[in-house]
Amino acid sequence: MLLAELDYARPGSIEEAVTLLAGREDARALAGGQSLVNVMKTRVATPELVVDLNGIAPLRGIASDGGVLEIGAMTTYSAIVDSAEVAGARPILAEVARTIADVQVRNRGTIGGNVCSNDPTNHFPPLLAALEAELTIQGAGGERTVGTEEFFEGVYMTAVQPGEVLTKVRIPAKGDARDGWASVTLGKDGTGIVNVAATVKDGTARIAIGCVAATPVVVTASADETAVKDAVRAAGLDPPADVHASAEYRRHLAEVLAARAVRDAA
Amino acid sequence: MSEHTIAVTVNGERYERAVEARKLLVHFIRDDLDLTGTHVGCDTGNCGACTVLLNGVAVKSCMLLAPQADGAEVTTVEGLTLLAADGELNPLQKAFSEHHALQCGYCTPGMLISATYLLSHTPQPSEEEIRRAIQGNICRCTGYVNIVKAVQAVSEGQSL
Repeated sequence: MLLAELDYARPGSIEEAVTLLAGREDARALAGGQSLVNVMKTRVATPELVVDLNGIAPLRGIASDGGVLEIGAMTTYSAIVDSAEVAGARPILAEVARTIADVQVRNRGTIGGNVCSNDPTNHFPPLLAALEAELTIQGAGGERTVGTEEFFEGVYMTAVQPGEVLTKVRIPAKGDARDGWASVTLGKDGTGIVNVAATVKDGTARIAIGCVAATPVVVTASADETAVKDAVRAAGLDPPADVHASAEYRRHLAEVLAARAVRDAA
Repeated sequence: MSEHTIAVTVNGERYERAVEARKLLVHFIRDDLDLTGTHVGCDTGNCGACTVLLNGVAVKSCMLLAPQADGAEVTTVEGLTLLAADGELNPLQKAFSEHHALQCGYCTPGMLISATYLLSHTPQPSEEEIRRAIQGNICRCTGYVNIVKAVQAVSEGQSL
Protein backbone atom coordinates (compact mmCIF):
# COMPACT_ATOMS: atom_id res chain seq x y z
CA MET A 1 0.00 0.00 0.00
CA LEU A 2 1.22 3.44 -0.84
CA LEU A 3 0.83 5.76 2.12
CA ALA A 4 0.00 9.44 1.77
CA GLU A 5 3.05 11.64 1.50
CA LEU A 6 4.78 12.25 4.81
CA ASP A 7 7.93 13.46 6.45
CA TYR A 8 9.82 11.17 8.78
CA ALA A 9 12.10 12.00 11.69
CA ARG A 10 13.91 9.70 14.08
CA PRO A 11 14.95 11.75 17.11
CA GLY A 12 17.54 10.42 19.54
CA SER A 13 16.17 12.04 22.69
CA ILE A 14 12.83 12.75 24.35
CA GLU A 15 13.51 16.49 24.22
CA GLU A 16 14.14 16.35 20.48
CA ALA A 17 10.96 14.31 19.97
CA VAL A 18 8.89 16.81 21.93
CA THR A 19 10.33 19.71 19.91
CA LEU A 20 9.53 17.94 16.64
CA LEU A 21 6.00 17.03 17.77
CA ALA A 22 5.31 20.58 18.94
CA GLY A 23 6.73 22.13 15.78
CA ARG A 24 4.15 20.81 13.31
CA GLU A 25 0.42 20.79 13.77
CA ASP A 26 -0.10 17.46 12.08
CA ALA A 27 2.78 15.52 13.64
CA ARG A 28 2.24 12.09 15.12
CA ALA A 29 4.46 9.99 17.36
CA LEU A 30 5.19 6.52 15.96
CA ALA A 31 5.70 3.82 18.59
CA GLY A 32 5.51 0.17 17.48
CA GLY A 33 3.41 1.10 14.48
CA GLN A 34 1.21 -1.98 14.75
CA SER A 35 -1.91 0.19 14.69
CA LEU A 36 -0.77 3.57 13.35
CA VAL A 37 0.80 2.28 10.11
CA ASN A 38 -2.41 0.40 9.33
CA VAL A 39 -4.66 3.39 9.90
CA MET A 40 -2.28 5.40 7.72
CA LYS A 41 -2.83 2.85 4.94
CA THR A 42 -6.57 3.44 5.08
CA ARG A 43 -5.93 7.23 5.32
CA VAL A 44 -7.90 7.39 8.53
CA ALA A 45 -4.73 9.06 9.82
CA THR A 46 -2.60 11.14 7.46
CA PRO A 47 0.09 12.76 9.59
CA GLU A 48 2.37 15.13 7.71
CA LEU A 49 5.24 14.30 10.03
CA VAL A 50 5.86 10.94 11.65
CA VAL A 51 8.17 11.17 14.67
CA ASP A 52 9.62 7.70 15.19
CA LEU A 53 10.31 7.09 18.88
CA ASN A 54 12.25 3.87 18.24
CA GLY A 55 15.63 5.61 18.40
CA ILE A 56 15.15 6.95 21.94
CA ALA A 57 16.91 4.52 24.27
CA PRO A 58 15.65 6.03 27.58
CA LEU A 59 12.07 5.20 26.55
CA ARG A 60 12.84 1.48 26.63
CA GLY A 61 13.44 -0.79 29.54
CA ILE A 62 12.00 -2.16 32.74
CA ALA A 63 13.25 -1.38 36.23
CA SER A 64 12.04 -2.58 39.60
CA ASP A 65 13.02 -0.97 42.88
CA GLY A 66 11.09 -3.41 45.01
CA GLY A 67 8.06 -1.25 45.59
CA VAL A 68 7.40 -0.03 42.07
CA LEU A 69 7.83 -1.41 38.59
CA GLU A 70 8.77 1.21 36.00
CA ILE A 71 8.24 0.38 32.34
CA GLY A 72 9.46 2.68 29.56
CA ALA A 73 6.71 3.60 27.11
CA MET A 74 8.60 2.08 24.15
CA THR A 75 9.03 -1.31 25.85
CA THR A 76 7.64 -4.03 23.60
CA TYR A 77 5.12 -6.65 24.66
CA SER A 78 7.79 -9.31 24.03
CA ALA A 79 10.18 -7.55 26.42
CA ILE A 80 7.43 -7.50 29.07
CA VAL A 81 6.71 -11.21 28.49
CA ASP A 82 10.41 -12.08 28.93
CA SER A 83 11.19 -9.70 31.80
CA ALA A 84 12.50 -11.09 35.09
CA GLU A 85 11.54 -7.78 36.77
CA VAL A 86 7.92 -8.14 35.61
CA ALA A 87 7.84 -11.81 36.66
CA GLY A 88 9.02 -10.78 40.10
CA ALA A 89 6.99 -7.64 40.69
CA ARG A 90 3.72 -7.96 38.75
CA PRO A 91 3.50 -11.15 36.64
CA ILE A 92 -0.04 -10.44 35.41
CA LEU A 93 1.48 -7.87 33.01
CA ALA A 94 3.40 -10.64 31.24
CA GLU A 95 0.48 -13.07 31.36
CA VAL A 96 -1.74 -10.55 29.59
CA ALA A 97 0.97 -9.29 27.19
CA ARG A 98 1.57 -12.81 25.89
CA THR A 99 -2.06 -12.99 24.71
CA ILE A 100 -1.82 -9.89 22.52
CA ALA A 101 -2.21 -10.74 18.80
CA ASP A 102 0.82 -12.76 17.67
CA VAL A 103 4.57 -12.91 18.14
CA GLN A 104 5.42 -10.56 15.26
CA VAL A 105 3.09 -7.91 16.67
CA ARG A 106 4.42 -8.49 20.21
CA ASN A 107 7.97 -7.97 18.92
CA ARG A 108 7.14 -4.44 17.70
CA GLY A 109 4.08 -3.29 19.65
CA THR A 110 4.68 -1.30 22.82
CA ILE A 111 2.91 -0.69 26.12
CA GLY A 112 2.98 3.05 25.38
CA GLY A 113 1.39 2.60 21.97
CA ASN A 114 -1.25 0.33 23.47
CA VAL A 115 -2.38 2.89 26.06
CA CYS A 116 -1.91 6.00 23.88
CA SER A 117 -4.03 4.60 21.04
CA ASN A 118 -6.66 3.79 23.72
CA ASP A 119 -8.75 1.63 21.48
CA PRO A 120 -11.49 0.41 23.86
CA THR A 121 -10.61 -3.22 23.00
CA ASN A 122 -6.92 -2.82 23.96
CA HIS A 123 -5.55 -4.93 26.80
CA PHE A 124 -3.49 -2.48 28.83
CA PRO A 125 -6.08 0.24 29.56
CA PRO A 126 -8.25 -1.97 31.82
CA LEU A 127 -5.23 -3.83 33.19
CA LEU A 128 -3.41 -0.64 34.20
CA ALA A 129 -6.65 0.79 35.60
CA ALA A 130 -7.08 -2.26 37.84
CA LEU A 131 -3.46 -2.10 38.99
CA GLU A 132 -3.66 1.66 39.70
CA ALA A 133 -0.76 2.51 37.44
CA GLU A 134 0.62 6.03 37.04
CA LEU A 135 1.63 7.41 33.65
CA THR A 136 4.24 10.08 33.05
CA ILE A 137 3.80 12.51 30.17
CA GLN A 138 6.52 14.87 28.97
CA GLY A 139 6.07 18.03 26.92
CA ALA A 140 7.86 21.30 26.35
CA GLY A 141 6.69 22.55 29.74
CA GLY A 142 8.14 19.61 31.67
CA GLU A 143 6.64 16.36 32.87
CA ARG A 144 3.55 15.38 34.83
CA THR A 145 2.27 12.11 36.19
CA VAL A 146 -1.39 11.13 36.08
CA GLY A 147 -3.52 8.18 37.17
CA THR A 148 -5.46 6.04 34.72
CA GLU A 149 -8.76 7.81 35.41
CA GLU A 150 -7.26 11.07 34.21
CA PHE A 151 -5.17 9.47 31.45
CA PHE A 152 -7.91 7.65 29.52
CA GLU A 153 -10.22 10.38 28.20
CA GLY A 154 -12.23 8.76 25.44
CA VAL A 155 -12.10 6.49 22.41
CA TYR A 156 -8.60 6.99 20.93
CA MET A 157 -8.15 9.97 23.26
CA THR A 158 -5.82 10.30 26.22
CA ALA A 159 -4.29 13.02 28.38
CA VAL A 160 -1.27 13.06 26.04
CA GLN A 161 -1.68 16.32 24.13
CA PRO A 162 -0.16 17.35 20.78
CA GLY A 163 3.51 18.07 21.39
CA GLU A 164 3.74 15.56 24.25
CA VAL A 165 4.89 11.97 24.66
CA LEU A 166 4.16 9.31 27.24
CA THR A 167 7.54 8.40 28.73
CA LYS A 168 6.86 5.71 31.32
CA VAL A 169 4.32 3.71 33.23
CA ARG A 170 4.74 3.04 36.95
CA ILE A 171 2.97 0.08 38.49
CA PRO A 172 2.98 -0.81 42.17
CA ALA A 173 4.62 -4.16 42.94
CA LYS A 174 2.22 -6.96 43.74
CA GLY A 175 2.81 -7.13 47.48
CA ASP A 176 -0.15 -8.87 49.14
CA ALA A 177 -2.43 -8.27 46.15
CA ARG A 178 -3.55 -11.02 43.78
CA ASP A 179 -4.27 -10.25 40.14
CA GLY A 180 -6.57 -11.86 37.60
CA TRP A 181 -7.60 -11.46 33.97
CA ALA A 182 -10.53 -12.86 32.02
CA SER A 183 -11.66 -12.15 28.48
CA VAL A 184 -13.74 -13.44 25.63
CA THR A 185 -11.98 -12.79 22.34
CA LEU A 186 -12.54 -13.20 18.62
CA GLY A 187 -10.49 -16.34 18.15
CA LYS A 188 -7.60 -17.25 20.42
CA ASP A 189 -5.66 -14.13 21.44
CA GLY A 190 -7.84 -12.05 19.14
CA THR A 191 -9.60 -8.73 19.70
CA GLY A 192 -11.53 -8.59 22.94
CA ILE A 193 -15.32 -8.67 23.04
CA VAL A 194 -15.05 -7.95 26.75
CA ASN A 195 -11.80 -7.83 28.80
CA VAL A 196 -11.72 -7.72 32.59
CA ALA A 197 -8.76 -7.19 34.93
CA ALA A 198 -9.08 -7.59 38.68
CA THR A 199 -6.81 -7.10 41.64
CA VAL A 200 -7.80 -8.37 45.06
CA LYS A 201 -6.37 -7.05 48.29
CA ASP A 202 -7.66 -7.52 51.84
CA GLY A 203 -10.84 -9.14 50.54
CA THR A 204 -11.70 -6.23 48.22
CA ALA A 205 -11.59 -6.55 44.44
CA ARG A 206 -10.77 -3.62 42.17
CA ILE A 207 -12.17 -4.55 38.78
CA ALA A 208 -11.60 -2.76 35.47
CA ILE A 209 -13.76 -3.67 32.49
CA GLY A 210 -12.65 -3.01 28.91
CA CYS A 211 -14.60 -2.98 25.60
CA VAL A 212 -17.83 -1.78 27.25
CA ALA A 213 -17.30 1.99 27.25
CA ALA A 214 -14.96 4.65 25.84
CA THR A 215 -12.62 4.16 28.79
CA PRO A 216 -12.14 1.32 31.30
CA VAL A 217 -14.99 1.06 33.81
CA VAL A 218 -13.68 0.60 37.34
CA VAL A 219 -15.82 -1.12 39.97
CA THR A 220 -14.91 -2.18 43.49
CA ALA A 221 -16.63 -4.94 45.41
CA SER A 222 -16.13 -7.50 48.10
CA ALA A 223 -14.20 -10.36 46.47
CA ASP A 224 -16.99 -12.92 46.22
CA GLU A 225 -18.88 -13.92 43.12
CA THR A 226 -22.31 -12.58 44.03
CA ALA A 227 -20.99 -9.25 45.28
CA VAL A 228 -18.84 -8.82 42.15
CA LYS A 229 -21.72 -9.58 39.77
CA ASP A 230 -24.04 -7.28 41.70
CA ALA A 231 -21.49 -4.46 41.60
CA VAL A 232 -20.97 -4.80 37.84
CA ARG A 233 -24.74 -4.85 37.31
CA ALA A 234 -25.10 -1.76 39.50
CA ALA A 235 -22.57 0.07 37.32
CA GLY A 236 -25.33 0.33 34.69
CA LEU A 237 -23.10 -0.45 31.72
CA ASP A 238 -24.25 0.74 28.32
CA PRO A 239 -21.86 -1.12 26.01
CA PRO A 240 -21.83 -0.80 22.22
CA ALA A 241 -23.41 -3.44 20.02
CA ASP A 242 -21.69 -4.68 16.88
CA VAL A 243 -21.59 -7.67 14.56
CA HIS A 244 -19.76 -9.73 17.22
CA ALA A 245 -21.93 -9.10 20.27
CA SER A 246 -25.11 -7.31 21.26
CA ALA A 247 -25.06 -4.75 24.06
CA GLU A 248 -27.00 -7.19 26.24
CA TYR A 249 -24.45 -9.97 25.65
CA ARG A 250 -21.56 -7.62 26.50
CA ARG A 251 -23.35 -6.65 29.73
CA HIS A 252 -23.74 -10.34 30.54
CA LEU A 253 -20.08 -11.04 29.72
CA ALA A 254 -18.96 -8.14 31.91
CA GLU A 255 -20.58 -9.75 34.96
CA VAL A 256 -19.41 -13.27 34.20
CA LEU A 257 -15.85 -12.24 33.30
CA ALA A 258 -15.57 -9.98 36.34
CA ALA A 259 -16.40 -12.97 38.53
CA ARG A 260 -13.90 -15.09 36.59
CA ALA A 261 -11.14 -12.48 36.86
CA VAL A 262 -11.66 -12.30 40.62
CA ARG A 263 -11.63 -16.11 40.82
CA ASP A 264 -8.48 -16.15 38.64
CA ALA A 265 -6.89 -13.80 41.18
CA ALA A 266 -7.63 -16.15 44.06
CA MET B 1 7.84 14.81 1.68
CA SER B 2 11.15 13.61 2.99
CA GLU B 3 13.47 11.27 1.17
CA HIS B 4 16.04 9.30 3.12
CA THR B 5 19.17 7.50 2.14
CA ILE B 6 19.15 4.26 4.05
CA ALA B 7 21.67 1.44 4.39
CA VAL B 8 20.16 -1.96 5.05
CA THR B 9 21.95 -5.29 5.13
CA VAL B 10 19.65 -7.86 3.58
CA ASN B 11 20.66 -11.52 3.62
CA GLY B 12 24.23 -10.46 4.29
CA GLU B 13 24.46 -7.96 1.44
CA ARG B 14 24.58 -4.24 2.15
CA TYR B 15 22.26 -2.04 0.10
CA GLU B 16 22.27 1.75 0.10
CA ARG B 17 19.22 3.35 -1.45
CA ALA B 18 17.25 6.60 -1.39
CA VAL B 19 13.64 5.97 -0.36
CA GLU B 20 10.56 8.07 0.21
CA ALA B 21 9.61 8.22 3.88
CA ARG B 22 6.20 6.73 3.10
CA LYS B 23 7.57 3.53 1.55
CA LEU B 24 6.77 0.40 3.54
CA LEU B 25 9.67 -1.95 4.27
CA VAL B 26 7.97 -4.77 2.35
CA HIS B 27 7.88 -2.64 -0.81
CA PHE B 28 11.51 -1.64 -0.35
CA ILE B 29 12.41 -5.33 -0.19
CA ARG B 30 10.23 -6.37 -3.12
CA ASP B 31 10.34 -3.40 -5.47
CA ASP B 32 13.67 -1.70 -4.77
CA LEU B 33 15.77 -4.80 -4.06
CA ASP B 34 13.78 -7.15 -6.31
CA LEU B 35 13.60 -9.77 -3.57
CA THR B 36 10.07 -10.93 -4.31
CA GLY B 37 10.06 -13.96 -2.02
CA THR B 38 8.57 -11.81 0.72
CA HIS B 39 4.86 -11.61 -0.07
CA VAL B 40 2.13 -9.06 0.51
CA GLY B 41 -0.95 -10.99 1.53
CA CYS B 42 -3.40 -8.75 3.34
CA ASP B 43 -1.53 -5.46 3.77
CA THR B 44 -3.32 -5.03 7.10
CA GLY B 45 -0.87 -6.73 9.44
CA ASN B 46 -2.97 -9.85 9.86
CA CYS B 47 -1.68 -12.53 7.49
CA GLY B 48 2.06 -12.66 8.17
CA ALA B 49 3.07 -13.39 4.55
CA CYS B 50 5.42 -10.39 4.72
CA THR B 51 7.25 -11.63 7.85
CA VAL B 52 11.01 -11.01 7.84
CA LEU B 53 13.70 -11.08 10.50
CA LEU B 54 14.74 -7.56 11.53
CA ASN B 55 17.94 -7.79 13.56
CA GLY B 56 17.04 -11.43 14.19
CA VAL B 57 13.48 -10.75 15.35
CA ALA B 58 10.35 -11.72 13.40
CA VAL B 59 8.30 -8.70 12.32
CA LYS B 60 5.66 -7.98 9.69
CA SER B 61 7.36 -5.83 7.08
CA CYS B 62 4.10 -4.23 5.95
CA MET B 63 3.90 -2.42 9.28
CA LEU B 64 7.28 -0.70 9.14
CA LEU B 65 8.39 2.27 7.12
CA ALA B 66 11.51 1.55 5.08
CA PRO B 67 13.51 4.34 6.81
CA GLN B 68 12.93 2.51 10.10
CA ALA B 69 15.17 -0.28 8.83
CA ASP B 70 18.12 2.05 8.30
CA GLY B 71 21.18 0.38 9.78
CA ALA B 72 19.36 -2.89 10.41
CA GLU B 73 20.03 -6.45 9.28
CA VAL B 74 17.13 -8.08 7.50
CA THR B 75 16.70 -11.74 6.61
CA THR B 76 14.11 -12.68 3.99
CA VAL B 77 13.14 -16.11 2.69
CA GLU B 78 15.85 -15.79 0.02
CA GLY B 79 18.37 -15.65 2.86
CA LEU B 80 17.40 -19.07 4.18
CA THR B 81 18.97 -20.96 1.30
CA LEU B 82 22.21 -19.13 2.03
CA LEU B 83 22.33 -21.02 5.30
CA ALA B 84 22.61 -24.29 3.38
CA ALA B 85 25.47 -25.30 1.10
CA ASP B 86 25.38 -24.43 -2.62
CA GLY B 87 22.05 -22.64 -2.55
CA GLU B 88 20.26 -25.87 -1.64
CA LEU B 89 17.08 -25.78 0.39
CA ASN B 90 17.92 -25.60 4.06
CA PRO B 91 16.72 -28.33 6.47
CA LEU B 92 13.57 -26.42 7.40
CA GLN B 93 12.68 -25.85 3.76
CA LYS B 94 13.34 -29.53 3.00
CA ALA B 95 11.08 -30.50 5.89
CA PHE B 96 8.32 -28.28 4.45
CA SER B 97 8.72 -30.08 1.13
CA GLU B 98 8.85 -33.58 2.61
CA HIS B 99 5.87 -33.06 4.92
CA HIS B 100 3.73 -31.35 2.28
CA ALA B 101 3.58 -28.21 4.42
CA LEU B 102 2.52 -26.05 1.51
CA GLN B 103 -0.03 -26.16 -1.23
CA CYS B 104 -0.38 -22.82 -3.00
CA GLY B 105 2.78 -21.57 -1.29
CA TYR B 106 1.69 -17.99 -0.78
CA CYS B 107 2.08 -18.05 3.01
CA THR B 108 5.24 -20.18 2.91
CA PRO B 109 7.89 -17.43 3.03
CA GLY B 110 6.29 -15.98 6.17
CA MET B 111 5.82 -19.43 7.70
CA LEU B 112 9.47 -20.27 7.09
CA ILE B 113 10.66 -17.03 8.67
CA SER B 114 8.38 -17.44 11.69
CA ALA B 115 9.55 -21.05 12.14
CA THR B 116 13.18 -19.97 11.73
CA TYR B 117 12.66 -17.34 14.42
CA LEU B 118 11.06 -19.90 16.76
CA LEU B 119 13.87 -22.41 16.28
CA SER B 120 16.48 -19.67 16.82
CA HIS B 121 15.37 -19.22 20.44
CA THR B 122 13.55 -22.53 21.11
CA PRO B 123 15.38 -25.35 19.30
CA GLN B 124 13.08 -28.08 20.68
CA PRO B 125 9.61 -26.54 20.68
CA SER B 126 6.47 -28.34 21.83
CA GLU B 127 3.51 -28.58 19.46
CA GLU B 128 1.84 -25.81 21.48
CA GLU B 129 4.91 -23.59 21.09
CA ILE B 130 4.97 -24.21 17.33
CA ARG B 131 1.30 -23.38 16.99
CA ARG B 132 1.72 -20.18 19.01
CA ALA B 133 4.79 -19.23 16.93
CA ILE B 134 2.80 -19.35 13.67
CA GLN B 135 -0.31 -17.73 15.12
CA GLY B 136 0.48 -14.58 13.15
CA ASN B 137 0.75 -16.45 9.85
CA ILE B 138 -2.43 -17.36 8.03
CA CYS B 139 -2.55 -20.38 5.71
CA ARG B 140 -5.76 -21.09 3.83
CA CYS B 141 -4.68 -24.40 2.25
CA THR B 142 -3.05 -26.79 4.67
CA GLY B 143 -5.02 -26.50 7.89
CA TYR B 144 -1.58 -26.01 9.54
CA VAL B 145 -1.20 -29.69 10.48
CA ASN B 146 1.58 -30.42 8.02
CA ILE B 147 3.32 -27.14 8.76
CA VAL B 148 3.46 -28.10 12.45
CA LYS B 149 4.73 -31.56 11.45
CA ALA B 150 7.49 -30.06 9.32
CA VAL B 151 8.70 -27.78 12.11
CA GLN B 152 8.57 -30.68 14.57
CA ALA B 153 10.55 -32.86 12.17
CA VAL B 154 13.35 -30.35 11.71
CA SER B 155 13.50 -29.63 15.44
CA GLU B 156 13.94 -33.35 16.03
CA GLY B 157 16.61 -33.54 13.35
CA GLN B 158 14.58 -35.90 11.15
CA SER B 159 15.20 -34.21 7.86
CA LEU B 160 18.79 -33.19 8.36
